[in-house]
Amino acid sequence: MSTTNPFADVSDLDRKRTIGRVFVGLCIASTMVGIVALVTLLADVAYESWGWLSVEFLTYPPSRFPENYLPGGRGAGIYPALVGSVFLIALTALFTVSIGVGAAIYLEEYAPESRLTSLIEANIANLAGVPSIVYGLLGLAVFVRFAGMGQSLLAGALTLTLLILPIVIVAAQESLRAVPDSQREAAYGVGATKWEVIRDVVLPAALPGVMTGTILSLSRAIGETAPILMVGAATSMFVAPDSLLGPFAAMPMQIFDWAKLPQAEFQHVAAAGIVVLLTVLLAMNAVAIYIRYRFEADLS
Amino acid sequence: MSGTDLTRSATGVGGRTDAVVRYVFFACAALSVLTTVGIIVVLLEGSVEFFRTVSVIGFLTGTTWSPLIEPRSYGVLPLVWGTLVITVGSALIAIPVGTATAIYLSEYADPDVRSVVKPVLEILAGIPTIVYGFFALSFITPQIQRVFPETGTFNAAAGAIVVGIMIVPMVSSLSEDAMHAVPDELREGAYGLGATRYEVSTDVVIPAAASGILASYVLALSRAIGETMAVTLAAGMAPQFTTSPLEPIQTMTAYMVQIGISDVSVGSIGYQSLFAVGLTLFLMTLSMNLASMWIRSRYREEYR
Repeated sequence: MSTTNPFADVSDLDRKRTIGRVFVGLCIASTMVGIVALVTLLADVAYESWGWLSVEFLTYPPSRFPENYLPGGRGAGIYPALVGSVFLIALTALFTVSIGVGAAIYLEEYAPESRLTSLIEANIANLAGVPSIVYGLLGLAVFVRFAGMGQSLLAGALTLTLLILPIVIVAAQESLRAVPDSQREAAYGVGATKWEVIRDVVLPAALPGVMTGTILSLSRAIGETAPILMVGAATSMFVAPDSLLGPFAAMPMQIFDWAKLPQAEFQHVAAAGIVVLLTVLLAMNAVAIYIRYRFEADLS
Repeated sequence: MSGTDLTRSATGVGGRTDAVVRYVFFACAALSVLTTVGIIVVLLEGSVEFFRTVSVIGFLTGTTWSPLIEPRSYGVLPLVWGTLVITVGSALIAIPVGTATAIYLSEYADPDVRSVVKPVLEILAGIPTIVYGFFALSFITPQIQRVFPETGTFNAAAGAIVVGIMIVPMVSSLSEDAMHAVPDELREGAYGLGATRYEVSTDVVIPAAASGILASYVLALSRAIGETMAVTLAAGMAPQFTTSPLEPIQTMTAYMVQIGISDVSVGSIGYQSLFAVGLTLFLMTLSMNLASMWIRSRYREEYR
């Protein structure tokens, strides 16, 4: 382009308009790629699981014979893994909430502006980027072997706790930061100690945000396969796990086990398992969104 | 907290509970540092055992990976190759698609459209990776087989495609945040000079947000390297050098899964190799995460 007057060359402007249109078209098409992929994925799972999902699927243990999974069969399903996942997540929730909120309170309310504090913060950011299977190795070496817990529910829950702790801490920090300083100062003004301020003023105000963040992180944990695989989740358990130090099954592990079987029928069984897993995930997300919505409504 | 600390504990009047509570919370925060130390110690300790049998040079330069079947060989390069094939393949999908999506959402889309599309795309990031593995096996591979009938059940292409889809929201979300942070004055200045919307997007917004966009790429690639279940199910367990995306490969993570589900006894070379491969994986992702942080922190203050 050699002209100095932008209005001199009308055909140049037309050309630019065309380029602009093509560009927007490409951008919109790219945006559609993600949406179409999501819809296709969900449709594929729904299609593959069609006819294989029944009430028995939720209440029976897995079977080696695919025909048992069909309605009218002898009954087979995901029951031990479903219960295992629920226990796993309940335990993980217990650990992450206590440790995660504790760490967030320290970093937001107590921590001095020191090198140690910035080291801890940088470390948390880094941990969030460590591949989940590496956490599996950590759990295998520390909880299963070193601490002697064996391939147990407790070892699995502790491994998942370490995995999602960085996300829970960051979410809790954000909610604590959102509590206005004026509330803290008012409490100090009437003579409260720091701990009283945190316990009676800051924590209640930050609770909905903390819960939302925690539930969202837990919904990530419930779908994780690699860490619990390394820790040694069982692939074929026929009864629900019944003790902290006993063996455990979990839904993603069970789905992996089905999906890699060569018989074509087990693809349908795996799809049915995925529908159950995604439903639990969706329910957890719905609860998180509901809490956030309620809280935002209360504030305004 | 800002301002002068006038609390009783700060002035030495606080009760004993206050002091105890402080240490309990500190312990919680310190646990995260302990986790990092734990990861490094565990990986190094297992690797040291492994490298008593296998030389470091042989591990890093060997071109055959056969730790369980005689003749045994412990060259990690085929696994690194498999990981790179998946990473590069998924980047070829996620980077153009993710960037264009971010441009559309930040520069063109109606705020209402944006507030719907962005969370919908983020659902993709929340779907468990095992589901992507299933999707590859049950949908993507059959589609590839329609075009290329010689494609095996397990193939690198299906793995790269699903990992690519999985990391699109990472690229699009983080890049969109970076573009959104570019001040409107820059756009308005360019419009005032007669630039078209396309020119503002490509010549003003993208260069201004380049560091954030680049950081999102590096982070997404790091995620692709560490991706486990989808590539295990889709790309297979055949450690080999192949340039054909229609053949099976094995990534480092898929090898770890293979050992994880087999009955390898503790202390055996197979068990130890887990930690050597894990260490390699950890170092690769760590360096990329640090690079991403460095890129972002270096340019963060530019427009504030």
